Amino acid sequence: MSARIGVVTFPGSLDDRDAARAISIAGGEPVALWHGDADLKNVDAVVLPGGFSYGDYLRCGAIAKFAPVMSLIIEKAHQGLPVLGICNGFQILCESHLLPGALTRNDHQHFICRDQKLRIENTESYWTRDYSMGQEIVIPLKNGEGGYVADEKTLDQLFAEGRVIATYQDGNPNGSYRDIAGITNSRGNVVGLMPHPEHAVEALTGPSLDGLGFFTSAINTLVNA
Amino acid sequence: MIDSVSHAEQQPDTQQPFAELGLKPDEYDRIKEILGRRPTSSELAMYSVMWSEHCSYKSSKVHLRQFGEKAPKTDALLVGIGENAGVVDIGQGWAVTFKVESHNHPSYVEPYQGAATGVGGIVRDIISMGARPLAVMDPLRFGAADAPDTRRVLPGVVAGVGGYGNCLGLPNIGGELVFDDSYLGNPLVNALCVGSMRHEDIHLASAKGIGNLVVLYGARTGGDGIGGVSVLASETFDADGPAKRPSVQVGDPFMEKLLIEATLEVLHAGLVEGIQDLGGAGISCATSELASNGEGGMHVWLDRVPLRDASLSPEEILMSESQERMCAIVTPQHVDAFMDICKKWDVEAIVIGEVTNTGRLVVDWHGEEIVNVPPRTVAHEGPVYERPYHRPQWQDALQANAPTPEVITRPESGDALKQTLLDLIGSPNLASKSWVTSQYDRYVLGNTILAQPEDTGMIRIDEESGLGVAIATDCNARFAKLDPYNGAKLALAESYRNVSVSGAIPLAVTNCLNFGSPEDPEVMWQFAEATRGLADGCLELGVPVTGGNVSFYNQTADTAIHPTPVVGVLGVIDDVERRTPMTWNADSDGELIYVLGDTSDEFGGSEWAHIHGHLGGLPPRVDLQREKLLSEILVAASRDGMITAAHDVSDGGIAIAIAEMAMRANIGARFWVQDDIAPFVFLFSESTARAVVVIPRSEELRFTEMCAARGLPAYRVGVVDSGLGADAGHPGEQVIVMGELFTFTINQLRQVHEATLPAIFNT
Repeated sequence: MSARIGVVTFPGSLDDRDAARAISIAGGEPVALWHGDADLKNVDAVVLPGGFSYGDYLRCGAIAKFAPVMSLIIEKAHQGLPVLGICNGFQILCESHLLPGALTRNDHQHFICRDQKLRIENTESYWTRDYSMGQEIVIPLKNGEGGYVADEKTLDQLFAEGRVIATYQDGNPNGSYRDIAGITNSRGNVVGLMPHPEHAVEALTGPSLDGLGFFTSAINTLVNA
Repeated sequence: MIDSVSHAEQQPDTQQPFAELGLKPDEYDRIKEILGRRPTSSELAMYSVMWSEHCSYKSSKVHLRQFGEKAPKTDALLVGIGENAGVVDIGQGWAVTFKVESHNHPSYVEPYQGAATGVGGIVRDIISMGARPLAVMDPLRFGAADAPDTRRVLPGVVAGVGGYGNCLGLPNIGGELVFDDSYLGNPLVNALCVGSMRHEDIHLASAKGIGNLVVLYGARTGGDGIGGVSVLASETFDADGPAKRPSVQVGDPFMEKLLIEATLEVLHAGLVEGIQDLGGAGISCATSELASNGEGGMHVWLDRVPLRDASLSPEEILMSESQERMCAIVTPQHVDAFMDICKKWDVEAIVIGEVTNTGRLVVDWHGEEIVNVPPRTVAHEGPVYERPYHRPQWQDALQANAPTPEVITRPESGDALKQTLLDLIGSPNLASKSWVTSQYDRYVLGNTILAQPEDTGMIRIDEESGLGVAIATDCNARFAKLDPYNGAKLALAESYRNVSVSGAIPLAVTNCLNFGSPEDPEVMWQFAEATRGLADGCLELGVPVTGGNVSFYNQTADTAIHPTPVVGVLGVIDDVERRTPMTWNADSDGELIYVLGDTSDEFGGSEWAHIHGHLGGLPPRVDLQREKLLSEILVAASRDGMITAAHDVSDGGIAIAIAEMAMRANIGARFWVQDDIAPFVFLFSESTARAVVVIPRSEELRFTEMCAARGLPAYRVGVVDSGLGADAGHPGEQVIVMGELFTFTINQLRQVHEATLPAIFNT
């Protein structure tokens, strides 16, 4: 069997096709989910892709959390459904309170697109098991509002509990507190990541194949379950 | 009181503000002649925008005809000039459409929105052909980098291009960034989009089928951009600067994204008979063009148009250039399905009219007829001018003032040559563009094979077969100033070469012709010469012009920009796996570096002359037969796996080309100066039809024999070597050694290259 992984398309989602392609390349079966349908089509996991859901004219991700499909995802995530939010998806997970903290405008005020080095800090979560601890990877980063912020207590707690899954190396691209690139919930099924692993799955189009691990982590876990 | 048709008949002597709307007295008289009465105020509004320079091409038409008359024979062109964008057959059942357009004037007045809506407009041109947009590129030109006004305009333009394109989900894969004093009061913001479709999905802008419905969908109509094409884009700016902000449109990329998805869905569902985007001249343009391309008649109920501002008059609604709107012709039985898809994407849609066979475009406003015109007279039969032109008197003196050693002292010693290289690589035109390009998403859609700083952008079209296209845009406007005819050919040659170095076969051409005022006979001469040169060049290279855009009036008071015929070339590559990148890689140690083509003493209009504040002499010699041969060699070498890398030699010469390669690879190399050429000329001359290629030793014989057999000069000038640091006194560093002349570390070079733009714009 192969793992069925849903990719949600909101109005304004941009990397939904890319996420679906990455899931296929990683050996999973991508399933298109529509924001307005309260139907998860029996998927085993969900990816919330990058983009500008609903135009992000309020706060990034602030409207998406009210989509019919999101209320189901929020409910199932609390029960253990693996969910990966990339970029705008990360913002939606924070707005939905599945993850703590928030993402704010880059400290230098510009959108930034570059190949970003990360260090993997957690190999327990659903989406990072195929990496080794401390592994350095390079995947694209592209955001205008990617600065991760949370209060000191939350930041301390995230590090203490090993819930920071990746940190920025060789320069913080957006002013994220403590170089945080991605975090997980205490259960390890929900992961939010600002850089884009779905753009690093083919030698021809990406800076590396380093992004595949996020997808294979979940797929291998689901298939072997 | 509405100025209806009957009112116009009853009140023939009403004074009308035609001059304020940009119409000349004889043009106004012609409208009266066509209608047999004075126009209503709504008709006057329509004619004024559609007969503007921007929409009617009235000054350029007689010259642009050459692109058709001299077109090379080709089977590749599926849709030619005249539609929203040309369509090219790239094989395997796929077609590609691409076009570049200017948004110069709005971007000067309001940089962010001007640039953003430039991207939006060109993307709608591509979707209205039935294509899915795949990528954008932006050729940008500004005044001197450190001029205060450049610091006002550039950051806004870049943020606008990025803000719109990023939010739309289109990768930005290249373009140009040029600084020159001539653009200080008239920056150039050109935008290119490329899209693909299956042959059967091609759609045209025509209103066919009597009784079919005219559906307006997308954003509501507001008061923005009224008169944008006539008042803004078709007039010279006054010397006291721009004050035309209300004529600039405001963009909403999120709405455009929904519009793309909804449009592609209705097209693929077979629900559309004809389609047109609303850009310049808005509803006036869409209705008159659709009608005159179809059955010839249309009846529109203008009061049905959804408004953002309820107080808009019918004249304003007809002229508004509100963004993110489209117009489709739909049969009555398909209209419900069409509306359902729009609803799914939260796109507002409404039937505003129907197709008739009356030969008239009739527009009603709350039951009163306010427009009744033959649509062809609005859309296609505008005035055509044979503007007078003559060669400027100063042209001879300019060409006589060549940058000879007597005029600018040439560096000779190793140290002086090294300093020249550093001066050039850090000069704004050759410095790293990443301050700009890192603000653009180049990854989205996952099909970007090559993006800047590579010579060309390359996009995969078919994920199964690997079929792809490469696109480059180029223009050295200083060359065009020195010699507009050859300057246009040189722009074509460079763009053609940039596509070829990637291994793609050049197939078709688009252009964006940016010039000063056509009412100035000297500017008109530049335009006539440049179009003639481009048409002749395209014929010689065998690549047809598929469409383009003319932007006149890039002039402030009496000062015109350099003639800037930006040329975009599209090439096809059967499998993107075999693309040739611009530089060597970690496995290249020991590979050989060759210069293809001949280098001679050519510095007129060069970057070297430019950084010395000099412009004069003649541009480099054009040899299109040699360009063609070089292209064939590069494609063959890519196909047979003979080369590792290839990079175009142009601005700044061989020195800049190899410095760019070394910085991109971050691996050193050793070079020597070609025999019998002065080091300065070898390093910095801008002779054309040249490329630097990297060849594995095992392929050297096969490659050089191919060049010899075909008559292409090939000179061995270097070898990739990652181990030069220690001997050069920089242990652990990657180093470039230029014979006995000079040595530098790649880090040293990079520092200079990357510091320039942040130092100016991060303030």
